Amino acid sequence: MARSTFVYVTYIRTTPERLWSALTDAEYMKQYWFGMHCESQWKAGSSWKLVSGDGQIFDAGEIVEAEPPRRLVIRWQHQNKPELKAEGDSLCTMELEPGESSVKLSITHTIERDPSKLIAAVSGGWPKILSNLKSLLESGSTVLQDPYPTAVSR
Amino acid sequence: MAERHDTDMLFRALADPSRRRLLDLLHAHDGRTLNELCEHLDMTRQGVTQHLDLLEAANLIATVRRGREKLHFLNPVPLQEIYERWIAKFEKPRLKALSDLKRQLEKANG
Repeated sequence: MARSTFVYVTYIRTTPERLWSALTDAEYMKQYWFGMHCESQWKAGSSWKLVSGDGQIFDAGEIVEAEPPRRLVIRWQHQNKPELKAEGDSLCTMELEPGESSVKLSITHTIERDPSKLIAAVSGGWPKILSNLKSLLESGSTVLQDPYPTAVSR
Repeated sequence: MAERHDTDMLFRALADPSRRRLLDLLHAHDGRTLNELCEHLDMTRQGVTQHLDLLEAANLIATVRRGREKLHFLNPVPLQEIYERWIAKFEKPRLKALSDLKRQLEKANG
């Protein structure tokens, strides 16, 4: 079956426990996810949703696997835009592998269709989010406040 | 320093036309095997493998095993970091100048 996937990897100088907490703590998340946060109990079978700063539910689904601080799998369906919602479920896998001085974080997002508007839409956001997460964990602050930095002082 | 080492690896990996071509090929169609990538380059299989290893060491590509195949994916995260560190801060003043100019002109028209 046709499938669309992206795999994003970043190495963060932190511990798997801190990174896991950064990925699952709603308040911390807002700092690197442009005001967005996830709501979940982070246990297999529990519901999951991605909520914007003004309370809109952008994506929803459930936790398929949760193995702190190593592996998290989320069944992920977009909710906001009809054409993306129509594509159905995607699967987002986050893997944390400790190395000598850093943790390798791999994010794989897959949907069983090709091409996929959902994958195209989410793939653009992840590099910015991961880059923010890395600098927040390593230096205590983020570089990007706005996901579209070209729109300066309009 | 680990950070300087990472950045050196990244720029070294980008400083080669065949490796940039490989990134473009993956950008056009992600998740390709070594064989698929070899078809597009006039180079030995061994040569392509070496370039891919260097790109992976610089974290510009990620690989996933699927059965007997190894699939290669473009990893844009380090490019985003270059953008923030080496491009955004230099281009911001110019963008601001442009948007100030636009505002001035529009005010004059209004």
